[in-house]
Amino acid sequence: MLDIRLPIGLLFLLLGALLTGYGLVSDPSLYTRSLGINVNLDWGAVLLVFGAAMLYLGRSRTGRGGTSQGEP
Amino acid sequence: MAGIKLGLVDHLILGLYFAFVLGIGWALRRHQKTSADFFLSGRSIPAWIAGLAFLSANLGAQEVIGMAASGAKYGIATSHFYWVGAIPAMVFVGVFMMPFYYGSRARSVPEYLKLRFDEKTRGLNAITFATMTVFSSGISMYALARLLEIVLGWDFNFSVWVSALIVLFYIYLGGLTSAIYNEVLQFFLIVLGFLPLVFLGLKDVGGWAGLSSRLARVSVANGFAPGAWSQSWSHLSTPRANPMGVEWFGLVMGLGFVLSFGYWCTDFLVVQRAMAARSLSAARRTPLIAAVPKMLFPFLVILPGMIAIALTFAGDGRGFALPRKGEGFDYDLAMPMMLAHYFPPGLLGLGLTALMASFMSGMAGNVTAFNTVWTYDIYQGYIRREASDVHYLWVGRMSTVFGVLLSVATAYLATRFNNIMDFLQLVFAFVNAPLFATFLLGMFWKRATGNGAFFGLLLGTLAAALHHGLTLPAGASPGIKGGWLGAYGAYPSEMAQNFWTAICAWTACFALTIVISLMTRPTKSEAELKGLVYALTPRPADEHVAFWKRPEGLGVVVLLLAILLNAVFW
Repeated sequence: MLDIRLPIGLLFLLLGALLTGYGLVSDPSLYTRSLGINVNLDWGAVLLVFGAAMLYLGRSRTGRGGTSQGEP
Repeated sequence: MAGIKLGLVDHLILGLYFAFVLGIGWALRRHQKTSADFFLSGRSIPAWIAGLAFLSANLGAQEVIGMAASGAKYGIATSHFYWVGAIPAMVFVGVFMMPFYYGSRARSVPEYLKLRFDEKTRGLNAITFATMTVFSSGISMYALARLLEIVLGWDFNFSVWVSALIVLFYIYLGGLTSAIYNEVLQFFLIVLGFLPLVFLGLKDVGGWAGLSSRLARVSVANGFAPGAWSQSWSHLSTPRANPMGVEWFGLVMGLGFVLSFGYWCTDFLVVQRAMAARSLSAARRTPLIAAVPKMLFPFLVILPGMIAIALTFAGDGRGFALPRKGEGFDYDLAMPMMLAHYFPPGLLGLGLTALMASFMSGMAGNVTAFNTVWTYDIYQGYIRREASDVHYLWVGRMSTVFGVLLSVATAYLATRFNNIMDFLQLVFAFVNAPLFATFLLGMFWKRATGNGAFFGLLLGTLAAALHHGLTLPAGASPGIKGGWLGAYGAYPSEMAQNFWTAICAWTACFALTIVISLMTRPTKSEAELKGLVYALTPRPADEHVAFWKRPEGLGVVVLLLAILLNAVFW
């Protein structure tokens, strides 16, 4: 059956790409409300890393949990 | 208030989320061959997935919105709903109760009651539970749609129907597996969507130190000691010293014991996730795994509320203030307004997606619990006993549609008759309060009989209603708040009254179940009770695994962490 980490990884990769992309092109004046931090760029990068990690775990199937718990 | 405009990027984020949620349901549609696949995920879910789903199903929009609201209203003491009112009960259900739920092969919590006691106890629990799930998902749908209407100017009908139809689609196709998979996805969205808010908010107020000094001003302005908003236990000696209006004994017994154990240990909405786990060991670890993120959630959902009230009282022209409502503030707006205050377009879309995700996971929890109890405990129990499995699978799908439509109807009912909803929630509180006494005696005292359980439960519910009818919280007038039989007792706050109503109901149910059981003949023979009662069940043998991998070891670690958190914020 579908490994849930694959769709999660893919979704967060796309969300991360969308946010970082928007963060790169958006007007800096948007970020006065977020204390002058370009949060789209920064948090988008976090989402990219998270998404990639999930995809990696889902593909290798050797990560924490998954099918390698050695249970009956 | 309305008119926070969402940009294209925000809509894209929301759209992506909807597409993935629907896609997961679509991808799982071929795996639903038997009713056990549909209602129990074929008992095949790994512990970590079941654990995150266990947490997510409980994490409805009302929790996110309500806990932020309480954070603003009561401060860090709101964490008692986690570190006292959830973690101990989650450890208990995993370590002590799961062997009976999972080991008995019951397919639902009411079915366990049938195996352990009798048909009427099961019927009582099944019918009240099924009604409750439909109404609570309707009420939370109403709350969310109203909020989106106020904050974003979204159409009420649009919010209700779109969210209901998406949930319906993915459960109809993929059953419990689809609900659980989506709950895991939603869990990560909720965490990653709200986390930047906590970072930005804390940075803005100068970290925890800055927040506490600002909250001191809030406390003093409300007539309490400076630490009342930033210390969780120090002000619980008398109800007058804290904004919740409770004292430590009522809190620990009422919330920490009766209400918390009643919910986490007997509510099929959460227990169903553990029952879907792929082995007894995985089922026992499910609530324990869920407990770890659960104890960190106060930082995610309570802190934003605390920051919101701190900014409101700062009066330094930063431009954030909770809107007023009557004498106080409209606390329910704390979370959405904080999102709108700090998040630029882009991240704002992610934050709103997190809010939608929390709502959908909560609703899906209710719907999957409803369709299972309806199909197995009501339809198969009383309407059509002997039918093919294909037929019950079909009934499951139909009851999913039926349950979602009923929830939608409830949401619309709530727009017209707010009092009816308050009344229903009150009745459910009466029904739930004594429940844990029944399960505790059922699982750990083999002499408890069917009549004892049934009448104990009924009389416990009655005791809750009587206690509520005879007491009144300070400042309320007799009616829905209590005192409808005459106000003979007074409580400093509504919360204190709730806690003591629960204590009263639990004690009555516990004592009366024992007395009635001793006066009636045992319903079941010892052979029938094997696997259902502690004394007649072999201990699960997993001595060969490391101590910390065993549920008992994991439970101890979780409890120690919870004690540590209580101590840090004492």
